[in-house]
Amino acid sequence: MATKYDWPSAADRSVIGRSVSRLDGAEKATGRAKYAYDRNPEGLLVGRLVTSPHANARITRIDASGAERLKGVRGVVLIKDIGDEVQWTGAEIAAVAADSEEIARDAVRKFKVEYEVLSHLVKEEDVEKAGNRVVPGQENTEGDPAKALQEADVTHEGYYGAATITHCCMEPHGNTVHWKGEKDITVWASTQAVGRIGADLAKNLAADSSLPKVSPSDIRVITPVMGGGFGSKFNIDSWGVAAAKLSRMTGRPVKIMLDRDEELQMAGARPSYFGNVKVGAKKDGTLTVFEVESWATSGVGRGGNPALPYVIEPPNQRVRHVNVATNTGPARAWRAPRHPQCAVITHCALTDLAHKLDMDPVDFFKKNADLTARPDVYRTEIDKAAELIDWKEKYHKPGEGSGHVRSGLGLSIHTWGGRPHDSQCRVVIEPDGAASAEIGSQDIGTGTLTVIAMVLAETLGLPVSRVNVKMGDSSLPPSGASGGSTTVGGVSSSTRRAAVNALEKLKEKVAGDLGASSADEIEAKDGYLRLKENPKKRIAWTAACRKLSTETISEMGNQPDRDGGKLADSGVGGVQMADVSVDMETGIVTMNKMVAVQDCGLIIDLKLAESQVYGSLIMGICSALWEERVYDQMSGIYLNADMEFYKLAGIGDIGELVVHMMTGVYDDRGVIGLGEPPAISPMAAISNAVFNAIGARVPTVPVTPDKVLAALEKKGGMA
Amino acid sequence: MEAFEYAAPNSVKEAVGLLSSNWGEADVLAGGTDLLSLLKEGVHTPKRVVSLKNVSGLKGVSASRIGATATIAELLGNSSVPAAVRQAAEGITSPQMRAMGTVGGELLQRPRCWYFRNGYGLLGKDAKGKSLAPNGENQYHAILGNKGPAYFVSASSLAPALIALEATVTVTGPDGEDEMPLEKLFQTPSSDSQRENTLQPNQVLTGINLPGGGARSATYEVRQRQLMDWPLASASVALKMSGDTVESARVVLGHVAPTPWRSSDAERALAGKAVSEDTAMAAAKAALSAATPLSRNKHKVQLARVAVKRAILQAAG
Repeated sequence: MATKYDWPSAADRSVIGRSVSRLDGAEKATGRAKYAYDRNPEGLLVGRLVTSPHANARITRIDASGAERLKGVRGVVLIKDIGDEVQWTGAEIAAVAADSEEIARDAVRKFKVEYEVLSHLVKEEDVEKAGNRVVPGQENTEGDPAKALQEADVTHEGYYGAATITHCCMEPHGNTVHWKGEKDITVWASTQAVGRIGADLAKNLAADSSLPKVSPSDIRVITPVMGGGFGSKFNIDSWGVAAAKLSRMTGRPVKIMLDRDEELQMAGARPSYFGNVKVGAKKDGTLTVFEVESWATSGVGRGGNPALPYVIEPPNQRVRHVNVATNTGPARAWRAPRHPQCAVITHCALTDLAHKLDMDPVDFFKKNADLTARPDVYRTEIDKAAELIDWKEKYHKPGEGSGHVRSGLGLSIHTWGGRPHDSQCRVVIEPDGAASAEIGSQDIGTGTLTVIAMVLAETLGLPVSRVNVKMGDSSLPPSGASGGSTTVGGVSSSTRRAAVNALEKLKEKVAGDLGASSADEIEAKDGYLRLKENPKKRIAWTAACRKLSTETISEMGNQPDRDGGKLADSGVGGVQMADVSVDMETGIVTMNKMVAVQDCGLIIDLKLAESQVYGSLIMGICSALWEERVYDQMSGIYLNADMEFYKLAGIGDIGELVVHMMTGVYDDRGVIGLGEPPAISPMAAISNAVFNAIGARVPTVPVTPDKVLAALEKKGGMA
Repeated sequence: MEAFEYAAPNSVKEAVGLLSSNWGEADVLAGGTDLLSLLKEGVHTPKRVVSLKNVSGLKGVSASRIGATATIAELLGNSSVPAAVRQAAEGITSPQMRAMGTVGGELLQRPRCWYFRNGYGLLGKDAKGKSLAPNGENQYHAILGNKGPAYFVSASSLAPALIALEATVTVTGPDGEDEMPLEKLFQTPSSDSQRENTLQPNQVLTGINLPGGGARSATYEVRQRQLMDWPLASASVALKMSGDTVESARVVLGHVAPTPWRSSDAERALAGKAVSEDTAMAAAKAALSAATPLSRNKHKVQLARVAVKRAILQAAG
């Protein structure tokens, strides 16, 4: 019965769509919430990692004796062995566990490794210098791009790109692991995938034949709260496996959390993307062709293919992509993998083309919305964003203006899927009126707990304060990993399904009392079960639950992977516009304002949805203006693996942020994920705003003063 | 961080006695905002840390004297502090740094050079003795006084302002107290055995003296962020005016050379002139005429020029 699981109509909603503050906000703000980092079980040992000082080397000798001899050192495990290669500075080689962090650090210093040093490459921006490190990637041609470029009324060629950044999770990666009995392991994990960590750890442990065989069900994973992952925390990782082995070795719980510099070096990087682009359009602004020769680095790994051209798909396209293998920390997914970088390459080139066409970018993007998958969505959102940033009033032709501080506007558009992942939820209604949702999903900081509570409360006709949520524990019904903006669709749907099922059981219990011939005649609203046709005929929630006597209702809701039914969907569009000021003498860019207009179907909690977008804008501003992983070719080291020269924004650096959710417009589509889409456009929008301000293109982000001054000099000065 | 002995003496004399005559064996702890990082990163591995927290007489801020352990917040809280110094202190935007960081510590903080901080020594050399900065990531490095072997930039934001105002410093060592112009506290090291300042390893900086004299002063810093961020370039200017005419000027650049960089060319360019956009620009150009940018820091020449120009205009009001 497909209609059984649907969302209430707008008029019937009392909780969904409202702005509810996160339920665990006070706990987090006051430090009572326990993160993996805060777990200090009795007998805890602290583990630290031995890492490579070389960018590329073969291990020739390992001598752990100095470390092992140190008083208070309880165990040492190797992650790499003699003969293995380490391929970036900071790569993990071994872990030591000791009574205290200080002793563990002393032990790391006494742990001796010798290497045969090999040649390295850590820079990819100049692809001509990459030599045999270049690995062929995607090649794709559609239509006849060469002919289209010849026939285009206006063409443009340019170089664009985005530097590699790292995730900078506020809570670094790591776990506290306690291997208590042969088949009894607890992992307090900082993870985006409570349901996946057990299997990942079991698989990794199976590779060591000296260890007892454990299955995923022997491993309990606990993550009630988590301090950010952004795509970098799906696996147990070498340090988690090492913590488990050290715990087995010592019989004591072992905590290994990364240090800030380790976090920046080894726990995730968003690949760079660079491209030489050729685009062409008709006089009226219709884009006819997009050609790109692009390259990227994902570290020593192979890397993926670009999402080029991005969103706007002309009939003639050619993409030739290569990956450059560099001796740098390995790539991990970062909010909307590939999209932010490819938005820069595409939308900066198109903005430059619009300039050549003497077109306002708003007109150009609206015109070419026909080449996107959702023309009307983008046109509506562009108009809304333009209104909110006062585009008509403030827009000027690129470079127009006077004085040493010039302002400019820029825009970018984006898309993402956000389909629901698989999720199971159990809703339990007790005779005392307690109602709870039990779900093995994780709240990665987005407010998932609050969303689940809101869906449960809405469905049962109760206020949010009267329902409970248990989550972040692998002993609860499983949910998919929180990646790809799939969580909100998955958990809201499974919770809705379970709550509908459980409520039906309760309705059956009270049907007789209410004179209803079936549960279908009853609704749950405002703390009562009541007849739909005669709301005065009602029974209070607690009285209804008392009728359960000693029975407890426990019903499952199963949200299958991808298929959202009427509850969830996939595919959104968003538009962002930036307003910046540029000091023409220093090249310093200041954020004045950013506007984000975003569609994500039915919004459960408006405040949390807006919060997601605010966070995305702030992250995006960081990578647009400051953030950059800097490796040194000569030494091969990551120079700014710190919070000093790896620059992020402070509160005074972000300007005014305006978020407009397209509430009410796409509610019928159901719930769609929101984690990635708003994180895509900031870099392109800000780069375009700088172009508008100074009349010269700064080819790559971050848009730093050196690049702004170089672009101005190339253009012939500030006039 | 390696284990060390900790001492908290009650007097400067005791403190001096607890220090070593060799660099690297003992460190002075004031606010700790720099030293703790150096210890944690293993850049400094002293056997002993000598805290100044119990030493009286090193605190206090007045128009004529700033105690070495006065905090940045205390400096900002005193309205008699000259404009150039106050503006430089305002550039230290971190509340934590302001609360804990001391004026003496700010002057004597080690360079922020990322080769130095990553363990390649003050001169940033690899195992084969090759300097990393000249052909490496030198975007934050020196554009003046950078003929080698030093390429780092002086980290202090207060020093250029204080030097522009002709400040002197008092230092105490085994041979007693000494007073010298602040300018003389800094040096460009020419070998691995030297530091970026002229203190002896067992000397303690105790205070900064301001002569007064009514110069109009200003500091302008080029910084990327409002959040705690090191200036990419800065300039401090003190102008002694006679009516609308500059009688004499002192122009000191920060973050562009291994020491605070006083530009007599710029000072000469201003002397006897009325301050205008043109004279300020002429002085700024003079200040940077000898700049020798490295492979990736040409932009710093322009940033420093702008800093000088804006500081002059700001000082002239």
